[in-house]
Amino acid sequence: MAFRIVACCTGCWACLPLCPRQAIRAAAPHFEIDPARCTECAGDYPDPQCASICPIEGAIVDAAGQPLNPPGSLTRLPPAPATPLPIS
Amino acid sequence: METTSQSPSTAARIALHPCYSEQAHRHFARLHLAVAPACNIQCHYCNRKYDCSNESRPGVVSELLTPEQAAQKALAVGAAIPHLAVVGVAGPGDPLANPDRLFATFRALAEKAPDLTLCVSTNGLALPEQVEELVKYRIGHVTITINCVDPSIGARIYPWIFWNHRRIRGRKAAEILIDQQQKGLEMLVARGVLVKVNSVLIPGVNDEHLREVHRVVTAKGAFLHNIMPLIARPEHGTYFGLTGQPEPTADQLRILREACAGQGGATGMMNHCQQCRADAVGLIGQDRGAEFSWEKVAAETVDWQAAVAKRTAVRAAIERRIVLHSQIHHPTSAPASPSGQRTGALQSETLRMAVASNDGRTVDAHFGHAREFLVFDVSPMGARLVERRDIERYCSGPVTCGDAAPALAGAIAALRDCAILLCARIGFEPWRALEDAAISPNSERAGEPIIDALLAVGAEWRDRAPRAVSPAGQRLCA
Repeated sequence: MAFRIVACCTGCWACLPLCPRQAIRAAAPHFEIDPARCTECAGDYPDPQCASICPIEGAIVDAAGQPLNPPGSLTRLPPAPATPLPIS
Repeated sequence: METTSQSPSTAARIALHPCYSEQAHRHFARLHLAVAPACNIQCHYCNRKYDCSNESRPGVVSELLTPEQAAQKALAVGAAIPHLAVVGVAGPGDPLANPDRLFATFRALAEKAPDLTLCVSTNGLALPEQVEELVKYRIGHVTITINCVDPSIGARIYPWIFWNHRRIRGRKAAEILIDQQQKGLEMLVARGVLVKVNSVLIPGVNDEHLREVHRVVTAKGAFLHNIMPLIARPEHGTYFGLTGQPEPTADQLRILREACAGQGGATGMMNHCQQCRADAVGLIGQDRGAEFSWEKVAAETVDWQAAVAKRTAVRAAIERRIVLHSQIHHPTSAPASPSGQRTGALQSETLRMAVASNDGRTVDAHFGHAREFLVFDVSPMGARLVERRDIERYCSGPVTCGDAAPALAGAIAALRDCAILLCARIGFEPWRALEDAAISPNSERAGEPIIDALLAVGAEWRDRAPRAVSPAGQRLCA
């Protein structure tokens, strides 16, 4: 049971100091979560801390690969279409 | 900063700060250190993908610095730009959401650049818990961005905040943020910190409401209120940019600023803000950030003691120059005639002349490089400084004046009521353009004291009828 940070992370550092298990590392090209340390904040906080401050939709995913902050959930912008619209 | 009357000690505290003093912004430079990446709220006019070197707006930076790198950069910039007076942290996130990085940077600067004024710009959410720390580091200037005092309006600007280990949304989020901002403002004012309030004017969202914001922050003792126009373009990828939220027009901004100024109270209105990037370097409106990238300053060995001494000397020289102008040449009795009337050319005794000068004492500026002109009325009785004219103020085009032609047109517009322009050097093309606008350029007095040059040229003018002077024999630049 661990979360994962994926490529769209901007490396803003917001999550790193919040992790109660020091599982987050300022890696390049994007931050990383140590799966051996991550507990998804169970027992520490009601909400996972990294995902509660992360400003980038889709940057943190759960063990099943599902984004904790799905498209539109933070910006209120409608999710981008899966394929680019043809330019008319 | 035109509307506030200040105590002498406050006047001294803002005299060097370009963001707090309209006068200081012409002379003193500031540096924004991008050490604060994290943010604890989301605003609809911001997006958090801040890596863009081609935009100039708050929240945007090209490279994030560690505290050690930031201190090194500040020392390098402070050695290269002796009129640097202020080092601020304004992002790209919220400085107080990065307290360790922020205060590590300030600690490093306290020893090696003790003469520089430190300041911080924040959204206010974490402000109350950091006030004591800010005071400890002698942060005398803090800017809080306050866009509303009504949570229902705030809910349309802030989709979420991070608070007590949870993401809070909607009206509740705005309530908490507003409470924290107001509490922080009160605490800072109580401790003698000068607070500037920034408000983003968002038409249809908070435009009417900002008068109420002005009333509230005035009552709480904010020093300055800076109402800024919303920047919202689709290419910025912000909520407001992508949803077609209009930016305010120049008229909307001006009318609101005037309305707030008309409400009275001791809080001044700021009218010279250029909405700088979070890594801006130099005078306001002249970003020299590209000259001081980390790559360029990393290896520099800075003699910080020599840099402090040089800055101190330059600062004293600039302050002398400001005092000289305000005391010797400040208009006392007759008000300046309205711009646009060619009083100089019409009245036989008095001639209006402009001077391009960098040091404020001699005719030493190249026409094309002048940032401002000093405008004098010259008569046989002497010369009287009418005003200083910022050239940028006449440039109503896009913010970046890339082309020479609009910049030249702007400079000529700034001189339209002057009969003569004195400068150290001038190119052939601007020479012709000035003559076409019936302004006589004159570079024969290069290097002379301004007053001597004005009186001499005034006497020449009266002695002979105005005639076209060929640029031949003048000091032309290539």
